[in-house]
Amino acid sequence: MLPVYYYVGLSAVLFIIGALGVLIRRNAIVIFMSVELMLNAANLVFVAYARYYQAMDGQIFVFFVMTVAAAEVAVGLALIVAIFKAKNSINVDQISTLKG
Amino acid sequence: MTTQYILFFSLALISVVSALGMLFSRNAVYAALYLVMNFASVAVFFLLLNAPFIAIAQVSVYAGAIMVLFLFVIMLLGAEQTGPQQAIVWQRPVAVILGLILAAEVGYILLSQFGFIPPGSAEIADSFGSPATVGVDLFTSYLLPFEITSVLLLVAIVGAIVLTKVERNTDQERK
Repeated sequence: MLPVYYYVGLSAVLFIIGALGVLIRRNAIVIFMSVELMLNAANLVFVAYARYYQAMDGQIFVFFVMTVAAAEVAVGLALIVAIFKAKNSINVDQISTLKG
Repeated sequence: MTTQYILFFSLALISVVSALGMLFSRNAVYAALYLVMNFASVAVFFLLLNAPFIAIAQVSVYAGAIMVLFLFVIMLLGAEQTGPQQAIVWQRPVAVILGLILAAEVGYILLSQFGFIPPGSAEIADSFGSPATVGVDLFTSYLLPFEITSVLLLVAIVGAIVLTKVERNTDQERK
């Protein structure tokens, strides 16, 4: 296999892009997508080290991360729909009050 | 070995460019489609790393189910565009600076550690990462976490339904 650095480096780049997306973008849906990108970058490192140490545990963890991501997206998008109904906007700058 | 390098760097280019496309595209639908491309390229990385089951799960769960959910909500809300925004002026430069600092830290650590970890062995068992191996591990040593994920998914289903439920009976409940 290739040296594991390459995968760690690529994953770091993807993670940083995802973090920048969370910080820069104001569209709540795009922010969610950036979070997915960061989870995916973490998955890449898990699989790379699973291959490196020839242990299955890393791949099993990716499976769990995917489950958590699916649950997170379901609840998060439901929240976004509810916020959109109340505020008619999903710009996170306009969602600054706790009281709907 | 050379083919592996060519494969890796071309795929890395695709995934980084599609991630940047997601970051910079104004339209949320384009962002979602770029993200699908990114997930597909990462799935090929999983194949390169002897993880066929995870690769297929990535395509079907991430690129399939989750992104369809995203596109569905984007189109349901009609929220492709967000208008002129950025209420906090200094937020974008600060975000870029913090991102660069993070990148510099990671880059420094990676470069200073380069060659420190010995390369992994090329030989690997044929069954590594196959659905059978994943299944055996999942249902023996990771049985309890596996069962807990079922509860987590149930909670997510209930939460999503409760959050989006139209409340018609509030008046009757008050009486």
